[in-house]
Amino acid sequence: MITSTLETVPGRTIREHLGIVQGSTVRTKHFGRDLMAGLKNIVGGELKGYTELLGEARDEAFDRMLEQAKAKGANAIINIRYGTSSVAQGASEILVYGSAVIVE
Amino acid sequence: MELLIELWQVLFVVLLLILAFFTGGFAERRHYKSIIRREDELGDIAVVCAKTLPPMHPAPRTTLVRGNAVISIDYFKRFLARLRMIFGGRIHSYESLMDRARREAILRMQYEAHVIGASMIFNMRFETSSISKGGKNAVGTVEVLAFGTAVIPRE
Repeated sequence: MITSTLETVPGRTIREHLGIVQGSTVRTKHFGRDLMAGLKNIVGGELKGYTELLGEARDEAFDRMLEQAKAKGANAIINIRYGTSSVAQGASEILVYGSAVIVE
Repeated sequence: MELLIELWQVLFVVLLLILAFFTGGFAERRHYKSIIRREDELGDIAVVCAKTLPPMHPAPRTTLVRGNAVISIDYFKRFLARLRMIFGGRIHSYESLMDRARREAILRMQYEAHVIGASMIFNMRFETSSISKGGKNAVGTVEVLAFGTAVIPRE
């Protein structure tokens, strides 16, 4: 599966557009991580727990998008974009979407 | 007795401010040093916002890469920022926080591209979100995501 933020796949021609595919996940922070985050809010610095948490969430959203694209029979996803929104206090939604296409 | 408790509360805040002043400044200087060093190391991977690739023969492989960083400001700078919000104007400490988070996110994305043998990153985009802690000090922790298309040249 070719994934890209570009509108084309270099050296290949797009034969068919299969429409939008997307994956999303809603995550909330974990108590232990939140405790560390409270401390880091005082001393400053990177919140590694949150960086990892959001990274894992993006991986999962991405995998869901890939599954959708596979189910549609695509071999590439182009013009991929990420989005983040907070749905509730302490919880955020990670979204990734793109266009599923067949290239040759 | 009540006076003592109040005095203790004030003292506690002052102690926190002093602690944060030193730890926050130290964390920021150390972070900038590491950012500058890694920017030198990964400088050969060009990051471009353009959408179209220059003609390359043979056509390169492309794949998505991303990097993110969640960075928090310290208690002292948050206090300064709250003071600044009374008068308005530039908040220098928040500017450096955003700058650090963006550069760190780009570096992580460049590193991911470096690992897979890419030479360039095209159509790079940023996503910024603030991680809410709730209450009065809602702002102060930001997350920056940088993502783009890594271009891997073929032999």
